[in-house]
Amino acid sequence: MIERSLIRRLTSGLVPAVPYLWLGVLFLVPFLIVLKISLSDPAVAQPPYKPVFEWSDIAGFLSALDFENFALLTEDDLYFRATLSSVRIAAVSTLLLLLAGFPIAYGMARAPERYRSLLVALVILPFWTSFLIRIYAWIAILKPEGLLTQALMGIGLISEPLDILNTEIAVYIGIVYAYLPFMVLPLYATLEKMDDTLLEAALDLGSTPWRSFWTITVPLAMPGIVAGSLLCFIPAVGEFVIPDLLGGSETLMIGRQLWSEFFSNRDWPLASAVAILLLIILVMPIVIYRDVEARRVEARP
Amino acid sequence: MRRSFAPWASPDAKPLIRFENVTKRFGESVAVDHLSLNIFEGEFFCLLGPSGCGKTTLMRMLAGFETPTGGTITLAGQDLAGVPPYRRPVNMMFQSYALFPHMSVEKNIAFGLKQDGMPKGQIADRVGEMLRLVQLEKLARRYPSQLSGGQRQRVALARALARKPKVLLLDEPLGALDKKLREETQFELMDIQHDLNMTFVVVTHDQEEAMTMADRIAVMDNGRIVQVATPGEIYEQPKTRFIAEFVGDVNILESHVQGQENGLWRVKTPSAQAPLTIDDPDEVLHSGQPVAIAIRPEKMVIQRDPPGPGAINVLTGEVWDIGYLGDWTVYRVKLVTGEILRVTRANASRFVDNPIDWDEQVYVTFAPDAAVILAE
Repeated sequence: MIERSLIRRLTSGLVPAVPYLWLGVLFLVPFLIVLKISLSDPAVAQPPYKPVFEWSDIAGFLSALDFENFALLTEDDLYFRATLSSVRIAAVSTLLLLLAGFPIAYGMARAPERYRSLLVALVILPFWTSFLIRIYAWIAILKPEGLLTQALMGIGLISEPLDILNTEIAVYIGIVYAYLPFMVLPLYATLEKMDDTLLEAALDLGSTPWRSFWTITVPLAMPGIVAGSLLCFIPAVGEFVIPDLLGGSETLMIGRQLWSEFFSNRDWPLASAVAILLLIILVMPIVIYRDVEARRVEARP
Repeated sequence: MRRSFAPWASPDAKPLIRFENVTKRFGESVAVDHLSLNIFEGEFFCLLGPSGCGKTTLMRMLAGFETPTGGTITLAGQDLAGVPPYRRPVNMMFQSYALFPHMSVEKNIAFGLKQDGMPKGQIADRVGEMLRLVQLEKLARRYPSQLSGGQRQRVALARALARKPKVLLLDEPLGALDKKLREETQFELMDIQHDLNMTFVVVTHDQEEAMTMADRIAVMDNGRIVQVATPGEIYEQPKTRFIAEFVGDVNILESHVQGQENGLWRVKTPSAQAPLTIDDPDEVLHSGQPVAIAIRPEKMVIQRDPPGPGAINVLTGEVWDIGYLGDWTVYRVKLVTGEILRVTRANASRFVDNPIDWDEQVYVTFAPDAAVILAE
């Protein structure tokens, strides 16, 4: 009996520990390693930084760590501009995603029930092809002699070839295209749950359909809007592949900066410092969201 | 406190709401079938019927959520065709209440007033007035999720009343409340309707609710109105067997008309030895016609002793079941033909010597005017 209750207690204690274990092994430990590297100095060695951790000389190891790399990040305004530009591109992309995703999610939620699971499957369908290949495909579409130019010239809408590849516009197109499912699915999940009679009640009380949309649908879809926006904004800030393939050399983004520090300059410590900075920037909106959410829940249990 | 109020009986009265030959089809199925109906100002009108009879569709057409396939609906002389729900002087209390979960009680009530562009001060006054009316002043800042079912029902009512609509539509207004609260709320709704002198149209499948509250009831079946009358007429003079069976309890005896004597009908039924005598002078019947005799359980008398030799309308049987309900006792009497009659008796005194018991041979009688002849 005692044994069994002990096992039960152990397992009931272990189940909640699983996510913590997962986060600890796959997030916290790597984070600490990156943090450590960010405090090191670059070196022509293998690995390309020092000091290397040694149990015998912990005091010496700790004294060799410093904030030089972070100081460098503040001195060179390249990093500041790259961060700002990343946040701006991610914010604009998130807004565009909302504008594109909301009507899609709304239409899906309003579709006859028997079509809905098919529509969800269609939204997820692009994931069946490699992300990289899909972004490469956009090069073929957007390049001056590409499909888009041909199509638009074919119907006579433009006379000059479009030159949008290697600009920020191409980056926006790429991000909106690639991230759309992450916006649509959480929006769909909240809109689908919404009670249609609430809209009828609003109409009945004299509110036009347009006003009802803003006073009823949008506030009630807020959890989905926030979830979708975070799911898109956070990875978009650190996005590397899309700006690298579609954005050309002019598009400044912190993810690319990190990549070039790491692979081109082989400056692992500085790259790690950039990674830490990125993390801090991205944790902030989540903390703010949680705070707002907690206060909202407190207001009406 | 209820005044004698019967505008439907007066030929000069102009109805507030007119349904003229209204039909609504959903694909193949017909929800409302060539229906005409007049509802008068100040009336407490009930649409009563089993689920799927078209009563909700009828109400939704009045609110503007469904468009009639044919026919016209007019409100105070205005044809409602093409008028969107947000421009109709009609408000609805939804069955699910449809309270906005992200708004407090007062914001919910103020919603409609805001849409009308009422100044802020006036909105606050009106909201306060409504909160007092439904006795929820203390809960103004609560959210719907923090309210009980009865409180939500009051908020929904206050919200629908706030704009002073010409007509208030109530879709199963008491369906979600428990029995005790339902009865209280019935009387409250009647008082509010009376005090505001507003036209109420209620949809319900609960005949007791309809009987208690309504000035007039329209009984619907299969998209058509079977009878429109006061609760008393519906109960005492049902037009068809469907109504007799749907509203209240009833015993039906299959019979054949024998003839008329001194204005009373004589009918022959296998359930009784002698022909029955029924006083229902409005019926026009011919000899040999099959009819159904409908008698309400409380209008029958159950007794152990055989009635005198001159007695009419005597049925014999044995007590099959007895149900004691406190205020009433229900006897289920099995006739020789195997039919089960339901007879109720008010428990007027607390102690009864030697009460009628199970399996006893009993006689059930009823007066000629207690029964209704239903010709089909």
